[in-house]
Formats: sequence, structure tokens, C-alpha cells
Amino acid sequence: MTNLHTELKESIIEQLNLEDMDPADISNDEPLFGDGLGLDSIDALELIVLLEKDYGIKLTDPAQGKEIFVSINQMAQFIEENRTK
Amino acid sequence: MGNKIYINGIGIVSAQEEDLFSEGFASTYYENIFPVISPNYRDFIKPMALRRMSKAIKMGITSAKIALKEAEIEVPDAIITGTGEGCKQDTEKFLENMLDQNEKLLTPTSFIQSTHNTIGGQIALNLGCKNYNVTYTQNSVSLETALLDAQMQFDEDPFLNSILVGGVDEISEKITSFRKLDGQLKSVPIKNLDLLKEDSTGTITSEGAYFFALSNKRKENTYAEIQNVSIKNTIPPEKINEEIEAFLETNKLDPADIDTMILGMNGDNRYDYFYKNLQQKLFKNTTQLAYKHLVGDFDTASGYAIYLAGNILKSGKIPSILKLNDIESKAPKNILIYNQYLGRDHSLILLSAF
Repeated sequence: MTNLHTELKESIIEQLNLEDMDPADISNDEPLFGDGLGLDSIDALELIVLLEKDYGIKLTDPAQGKEIFVSINQMAQFIEENRTK
Repeated sequence: MGNKIYINGIGIVSAQEEDLFSEGFASTYYENIFPVISPNYRDFIKPMALRRMSKAIKMGITSAKIALKEAEIEVPDAIITGTGEGCKQDTEKFLENMLDQNEKLLTPTSFIQSTHNTIGGQIALNLGCKNYNVTYTQNSVSLETALLDAQMQFDEDPFLNSILVGGVDEISEKITSFRKLDGQLKSVPIKNLDLLKEDSTGTITSEGAYFFALSNKRKENTYAEIQNVSIKNTIPPEKINEEIEAFLETNKLDPADIDTMILGMNGDNRYDYFYKNLQQKLFKNTTQLAYKHLVGDFDTASGYAIYLAGNILKSGKIPSILKLNDIESKAPKNILIYNQYLGRDHSLILLSAF
């Protein structure tokens, strides 16, 4: 697990108020939405803001979120390829 | 008022424990702004939903579910909420984010949940209730306005069986402290239980949620019948006795029929004369009670008075910590609740045993 994976998990826990969760409780390939972590559409909006604020990535098409927010692995890969800060 | 309205369930979250009636124990505070005693919200709300809720929403859902459970109602026919200042904590969070982020990259949660009707909406979401859902914001008569709507709904629709009515207000760091800047709170911290002995301006404040499961059908465990509710924005101080006499007359009662009066006295010597006027004249031979030394004064604090009235009528017991005089009321039958704030927004709620 890279530093980015851990950093991402910590940000998600803080931003989405996932009380009583530690980064270790989220697996890298666990689905973030639906049956996995159980995030919902409001969380998706929070994640879009998180990408822009922390990594300078602006999603112009919100539908992209569906492909990016699949899992921590997927998010980390997208951030590494597109980050501007 | 046409149809009969019974209180069949009560749920509260307040600054006092619920053992006031059994133990007579009252919580003491030494600050002029104090929080509620929080129940374990996880017993009522799923963790994934709970995580983004502010206190007003948590208190509202919890008290609503307690009231409905007691009344054995799963989904009410209507949800009517009163809140004076709404979800202040999320409003503050959103405004602070706007300032910190220079109005850019704002997260949606606090904005979505900053509106006053979030509480009623979240209760409906939690219950899966798609029925009538309205929130009233009318300063210190917000809860009373919600009750008036419930009264009209029952009168208008003969098929309505149950309405969930409640009042919720929360404290927040900045907006609540504006009351202090405006001179609405005492200038130095006092002990809450000494509030009514104070001879100074301002009061103490807190937060709370009070929900009532109302029905047009009486049950074995019904608390009380709501006879009538009245709101008047302005009443000249010298007319308060007349106004209340007129209200009682419309309900075919005279002051002697009221055996217990619950007054919204809040220790503010600029406005408590409204209550003192009644204590010395119309209701001088009536058991007089007060409650804001226990739960503070805020826009929907009168919900605590309804909770007290319901329990007094059901149990026949009056905790001594509420008493303002020594007149005994052995089997209370009619209780009148009178409240005002800053000399405005006067409300009367008449409850009876059945």
C-alpha cells in the first residue's frame, strides 16, 4: 500500500465523517459504493470536491465519478495520472 | 376545535434526565448556554446515516421515534415540525467553509442540511414516510404553529388517524451567542436552578427536541387531550388577564376550572411581569409551575411544558422542583400552558385529562 492509498483513506474517513473507522478497515479493492463501504450520492459530491481541493483535479463530467470512485485502488491510480498538486 | 386530539406518545431529548417524575432529580448547570443530555443516537439511527447529521437532526429523529414507538405507530399520516432557528450548526459550518475557501470548492453536506425543514425531511426519510410534511418557523411560537396545523388537519380530514408533531432547536457556537450580544442572555453565568430567583435582564438557553404522536383515537396509555391552542403576536401587558379569560371562555371554561398553570417564566425581569400579572390575579388560587430553570429558554422550549403537562395529567404527580406556589392540585384535570418571549409571541395550550 502506497502513502497515497493511506492518505486517501484518511481523507475519506475525515471528509465523510466515517466515525469509528480506521484506514485499515477499508480494503484497497473494496467497492466504495453499494455493498462495499456503502457510500451514497452525497458522498460522491464530497469526493469530487476532495479531488479538486487536495489534488487539483477538476472533474468536468460528474459521470466520470462512476469509473473513478470504484475503489481506493482506482482512485489512487486516477490521482497519480492526473494530479496537478 | 372540532375533533378530539389525544397525545398517545411523547419523545424528548432535553437538558434534563427523564427521571424527573420518578426521582425528582434535576440536572444542574453553571453556564448560561448548556447542551442536552444526549441519548445513544446509534440506538435509533443507522451509523451511515448518523455520520453526517447535526445535533438537531439526531435529536429530532430520536425523539420522533420514541414518540411513535410509544404510540405504536410505524408511519404517521403527517409530520409537522416547528423550529425557531433550524439547523444552525450546519448553517455555521457552511458559512465558515465559504469564508475559508473563498467561496470555492464548497462541500454539499452542510449546505443541504442547513435548511430548517431538514429535520422533518430526515424523519420522513428515516421512517419511509411520504405523507404531508411541513415545517413552521415562527420564533417562539414555532411548535405552537405546528400544533395549530395539526389541529386543522384533523378537523379537515376525517381519514387522518395520526400526526407526528414536534419542536426542535439546537445550540451552535456563533448564532446562539448572538443572543448574548443582543442582551437576551444573562450577562454573568448563573446556576440554572436559581434562574427564577434572579432579578436581572436576560435568561439562560439550551436546546432540545420534543415530539408528540397525536391521534383522534384514545388509547390505554394516552397522556392527555389537547383541547385548544392559541397564538397572539402582541398582547398589551394590562390585557393579558382578559385575553386568557376570553380564550378560556371559547373553551367553555372559567379560570377556576384550570387547576394547574405552567408558566414560561425565564427570569428576565423585563418581561416576566406578563406571568406575574397572571399569578397575582387570574390564577392566584391555581397551582403554578415553571420549567425554564430546568431546560433553559429557546424557541421551542414550550415542548417541555407539554411533556410535563402530559405526564402530570397521566400520573397525577407534580415534581416539587416545578412549583412556584404551595397550592395543591390533587388530581389535575385542566392544565393551561402560557408562554411568551421578549414580550411577544404569546401562546396558550390547553390540555385536559380524559
